[in-house]
Amino acid sequence: MKLRISIAAAAVAAVTGALAPAGAAFAQAKEQFFPVLSYRTGAYAPNGVPFANGYVDYLKLINARDGGINGVKATWEECETGYATDRGVECYERLKGKGPTGATVVHTLSTGITFALTDKSFTDKIPIITAGYGRADSVDGQVFKWNFPLGGTYWGAADMLVQHIGKKEGGLDKLKGKKIALVYHDSPYGKEPIALLQERAKMHGYDLSLLPVTHPGVEQKATWLQIRQNRPDYVFLWGWGVMNSTAIKEAVAVGYPRDKMYGVWWAGAEPDVRPAGDGAKGYNALTFMAPAGIGKVHQDVIKFVHDKGQGTGPKNEVGEVLYNRGLVAAMMSVEGVKRAQTKYGKKPLKGEEVQWGLENLALDQKALAAIGFAGFADPISTSCVDHEGGSSARIHTWDGSKWVVGPDRYTADQQIIKPMIKASAAKYAQEKKIAVRDCAKELASSK
Amino acid sequence: MAAKKNGPVIALGAVLAAGLAAPLVTGSPLGFYLEVLIGGLMAGVLYSLVALGFVLIFKASGVFNFAQGAMVLFAALALARLAEWLPAWIGIPAGFPALTLAFVLAAGIMVGLAWVIERIVLRPLVAQDPVALLMATLGVTFFLDGFGQTIWGSDIYKIDLGISKDPTMILESMFQGGILVSKEDLIAAVIAAGLVILLALFFQKTATGRALRAVADDHQAAQSIGIPLNRIWVIVWAVAGFVALVAGMVWGAKLGVQFSLAQLALKALPVVILGGFTSIPGAIIGGLIIGVGEKMAEVFLGPPLVKMWDLAGGGIENWFAYVLALLFLMVRPEGLFGEKHIDRV
Repeated sequence: MKLRISIAAAAVAAVTGALAPAGAAFAQAKEQFFPVLSYRTGAYAPNGVPFANGYVDYLKLINARDGGINGVKATWEECETGYATDRGVECYERLKGKGPTGATVVHTLSTGITFALTDKSFTDKIPIITAGYGRADSVDGQVFKWNFPLGGTYWGAADMLVQHIGKKEGGLDKLKGKKIALVYHDSPYGKEPIALLQERAKMHGYDLSLLPVTHPGVEQKATWLQIRQNRPDYVFLWGWGVMNSTAIKEAVAVGYPRDKMYGVWWAGAEPDVRPAGDGAKGYNALTFMAPAGIGKVHQDVIKFVHDKGQGTGPKNEVGEVLYNRGLVAAMMSVEGVKRAQTKYGKKPLKGEEVQWGLENLALDQKALAAIGFAGFADPISTSCVDHEGGSSARIHTWDGSKWVVGPDRYTADQQIIKPMIKASAAKYAQEKKIAVRDCAKELASSK
Repeated sequence: MAAKKNGPVIALGAVLAAGLAAPLVTGSPLGFYLEVLIGGLMAGVLYSLVALGFVLIFKASGVFNFAQGAMVLFAALALARLAEWLPAWIGIPAGFPALTLAFVLAAGIMVGLAWVIERIVLRPLVAQDPVALLMATLGVTFFLDGFGQTIWGSDIYKIDLGISKDPTMILESMFQGGILVSKEDLIAAVIAAGLVILLALFFQKTATGRALRAVADDHQAAQSIGIPLNRIWVIVWAVAGFVALVAGMVWGAKLGVQFSLAQLALKALPVVILGGFTSIPGAIIGGLIIGVGEKMAEVFLGPPLVKMWDLAGGGIENWFAYVLALLFLMVRPEGLFGEKHIDRV
């Protein structure tokens, strides 16, 4: 009898013990889970670290300052991708089911990983934000329901660079006969702008030469000897990580003027210029969304996160270009959730619900100022058709110690880009047998 | 008879010579051609610096040390970070004094690392299959790559040797715009030459060097005359660590110290395949051939190939180095200067 009682007691204790964590999980269930695909080691770590720090710091700020996203606590887990597509997919698979509602949204932080995850998004129904990178054709929300290249694509970036040098030359017609060299990372990322630059070359008659640089980009001697030989009027740099600073150093070594060099917005941060020392003076790059500097959101990050000893990285990186971009990326995730909460309620949301939020973002200057991003993010207005939500950028120039932002703001010429997006998206839909959404019908049915 | 035996080598030499001369025949300007050639030679010198480390360890222990690239990164990180930290730690002036002391300390760290590797990794694997030793060095590679970044950091760090980065032009009267020569590359070449001379003196003139050569020739025979194998292995790994430090310093000054150095250092693999695993001159000549070959291919072969067959394009210098090594492997498996392996039946 005693034995039976003991066994029964043990069984009750075991069941209670087993259920206790489940109870705790239910108690903690008001959480929104964000997978963080980052690279803090490897060839691209100098650029990956500040971005990841900015992203995580913003999530910490939302919890510390606002008590979560309308009361729903943000949770996250980092996974090291090393900027490798296979590891990125592995991280995604590991994290996509975590949290009470699974992954909310994923920032791939790599064009290669974006290409891989886009195919999976149609079944997993987890939105992919690729702010300023990823596949350009994913602007078309009718085909790419789950992709959100918010704020800019590489086609837009290339277009704005051509516009800028056209302006410098006194008009786009003056580009006829000019020589432009594209020094690009030999990867899906680096190859993205080629289609647009070739299209523009046909229109304006400039001569485009393509100079690929193999991963990780530290061997560029042959590339820059060709540049010295051909003397292009402008060099566009589409690099990432150590490739950027190496390119600037090689430009110094062959005597190519830095003020004729223009980087994409991923080739225009402090880790790209500092290693080149004084040689980087005069180097230009696009600045997308957040230039370097301190605004309201940064002051909050310092007050609520760093001063409490909770900062993810060093305090002095707050306000640097890539850190700011990480902040903006996290802000986009959070605002997507907030927008979705207006429809689905202030509770943890599924990726499918957040997709609606991201597709209906309406962040104007006033809304951005209210969340502390005045001057550090551009307005975004998305729709079922347009998953980019607007694209503009400026040029900033390194003066040896800081980035100086130029006065002109450029907007991608949609007349050129839209037909390219349509054609490429349609091709993708046909290849992958994806049913194209009827946005007008969806809009009507939602009213 | 000898000509018949060396036929494939001669044929390959002829093909490469033709490839080398082809750009001139097809109308490339001589000045530009010379620039690419010099650039290739200078890059080759840097590859040779790392290849030397591979050769040293293989000669003395028969171990193919896959971790040599990781050792270059680790040594360069130690040098760069110590040079940065020492002024704050002990008040030594920043710049050359701090860099000198950092170099000494980094050399000490590499010797310590050699001792640890010998004790923990190599000694338990004595008399094991060479593949087991290779796999062990692979493990050391991943450990050093990760651990190095954990303790030293993963940013891009500077090593300032005070060399001007501005281009130097020579023969301006002969060629329009002159021929570009990089001072950094020239100094790297001088350092590499100095290192080779130092190693040659060490191997030929010192008792330890002679012991190393004896071990390289025959482990068992060396042991039978009282040469302590374990101590020799520590010494040879320490020397390879020193070579890695010099290579890391030169490369780090040129490119910045960052993880990519470890990957770049793997370029020494085709160099040792081509030059021979056991030959120090082979490492030098192999480096020069690979350096020139890949730069020439990237500039003069890649673009016409892409145009001719409407290919997608892409950099070819990375894989071209291995193609060259494979060609040599086919006609001369022991490499240009490697020892021919003869088995008695």
